[in-house]
Amino acid sequence: MSTQTMSGLAIETAGLVKTFGETRAVDGVDLAVPAGTVYGVLGPNGAGKTTTVKMLATLLRPDGGEAHVFGHDVVREADAVRGRVSLTGQYASVDEDLTGTENLVLLGRLLGHGKQAARERAAQLLEAFGLTDAAGKQVKNYSGGMRRRIDIAASILNTPDLLFLDEPTTGLDPRSRNQVWDIVRAVVAQGTTVMLTTQYLDEADQLASRIAVIDRGKVIAEGTKGELKASVGAGSVHLRLRDAEQRPEAERVLRLTLDAEVQLEPDPVALTARVGSGAANGQGAAEQAGRALAELARTGVIVDNFSLGQPSLDEVFLALTGHDTHKTAADKDEVTA
Amino acid sequence: MSTVTQTESKDLAPVSTESLAALLVSKERPPRPSAFSASMTFGWRAILKIKHVPEQLFDVTAFPIMMVLMYTYLFGGALAGSPKEYIQFLLPGILVMSVVMITMYTGVSVNTDIEKGVFDRFRSLPIWRPSTMVGYLLGDALRYTIASVVMLTVGVILGYRPDGGVAGVLAGIALLVAFSFAFSWIWTMFGLMLRSEKSVMGVSMMVIFPLTFLSNVFVDPKTMPGWLQAFVNNSPITHLASAVRGLMAGDWPAAEVAWSVGWAGLFVLVFGPITMRLYNRR
Repeated sequence: MSTQTMSGLAIETAGLVKTFGETRAVDGVDLAVPAGTVYGVLGPNGAGKTTTVKMLATLLRPDGGEAHVFGHDVVREADAVRGRVSLTGQYASVDEDLTGTENLVLLGRLLGHGKQAARERAAQLLEAFGLTDAAGKQVKNYSGGMRRRIDIAASILNTPDLLFLDEPTTGLDPRSRNQVWDIVRAVVAQGTTVMLTTQYLDEADQLASRIAVIDRGKVIAEGTKGELKASVGAGSVHLRLRDAEQRPEAERVLRLTLDAEVQLEPDPVALTARVGSGAANGQGAAEQAGRALAELARTGVIVDNFSLGQPSLDEVFLALTGHDTHKTAADKDEVTA
Repeated sequence: MSTVTQTESKDLAPVSTESLAALLVSKERPPRPSAFSASMTFGWRAILKIKHVPEQLFDVTAFPIMMVLMYTYLFGGALAGSPKEYIQFLLPGILVMSVVMITMYTGVSVNTDIEKGVFDRFRSLPIWRPSTMVGYLLGDALRYTIASVVMLTVGVILGYRPDGGVAGVLAGIALLVAFSFAFSWIWTMFGLMLRSEKSVMGVSMMVIFPLTFLSNVFVDPKTMPGWLQAFVNNSPITHLASAVRGLMAGDWPAAEVAWSVGWAGLFVLVFGPITMRLYNRR
């Protein structure tokens, strides 16, 4: 079976719309997801990520526009789409009353495996996911990390051509998160296309080859990681001063040397400046930051702590939309309330 | 909080990406399961849930026992001279009433389940769409059978002696369970339509109480006013109670059995498609 259509696209949508009452949860989304890659959908809570995924996985009917998965229309050929995709939802998408083994055998049977084959496949997956010890326990007694694993295991009972992972690491500790990332890499290495939604830029950065940034139901930026980053700058310098009174001086120096926007943090000794955006005299982010530090030392500003980081999702949003992610979430709450 | 997750990560065996890769290599897909096989698998799920939460059998054991005892001794002396006389008439009827009442829990369990993520997974599978719902009802049919057996046992202890013997009793139970299976599609519909467990419960009570009490379960309808007789004599519960009573008494009430089966068919034909429409639309 070929995993690619003639165009080589796993997902293609045009003007996809979904409304809930007055709210346009998804408001004209166009996506083109190449087969065999990890595609990141990045956005804050309430941006329309889950709604988009649910429409593509045939769980919600679009109110407008079109969506094709491997060339099949998600409404008219829903059954053909269901045969090729798997979904791991944001909340546990297995039966919490059943044990790990029972869940996998149940789904194996529903996917057409015989009793024996379903049991074998369940045991192998539990083994690979390090869940053999918990196989006989009800899923409601699983920890967050274990739930994620059993969720993903349930999604690859049959190797899907396209796997939807809706915020797979939200609420996980860093170690469990890294393990989920390893699983995603293993899955995509075998040719499965993965569509991953996330609130974390570093997650999209770690896994995805292309990223769409979604806000208020619209795609506000799309491209490779490099393209996206170039549009918001390579990163940010975070500074903590010893003395809050020196902050206006530090702000002035940074603005002068970096020729960039400087943000004053709620903490009175902290400030952040974006570096490496566009034409910064041909210098890299680290060189620019170094130059700024030297300049601060020369003017007598005492810096206690310094870090150079990737732009956070907040900063990407600020750069792309002019408003920050928290505000977006708050707006949505008002709309739905 | 953080200490909990730390110990968890330490205890948890690592993910083996090598064996995972080996498992993913196979792109083979078995053929889709038949409608029957998918429904039976969902029925198995319902049985597993009973196994893990056996308390949920309370409503098919304690409740029916209570019903038999309560009505036999409450009405027996007044209506038939003695509880022992009355139970000959009452037991098939109270059996029908209790089992039909128990069907309303179907709506509640559908409603609580649909909110959970697992429903999204079922709905994204390439299987016969109604099989999820049929699976519920198959599991419930088992519950109805348990309730019937419990009530008959209590009845026999209290002096119920069915003339139809084992065959008649089994035929009566089979008809009752089949009818209840069909009737339950009303509840799957409400379970999907209403927003909360409470509202499902409220609507169910509104339907089930008049429907079961306004029947010939307790007394012969002849003493009722004409307008009520008109309703009672045409109620599906009356037909079912008469049919089950007849079968257990060793008769062959062909007309009443036909009416019961007819009503059952109507319930499936009307509420089945509405349920599936709601299920697909969610």
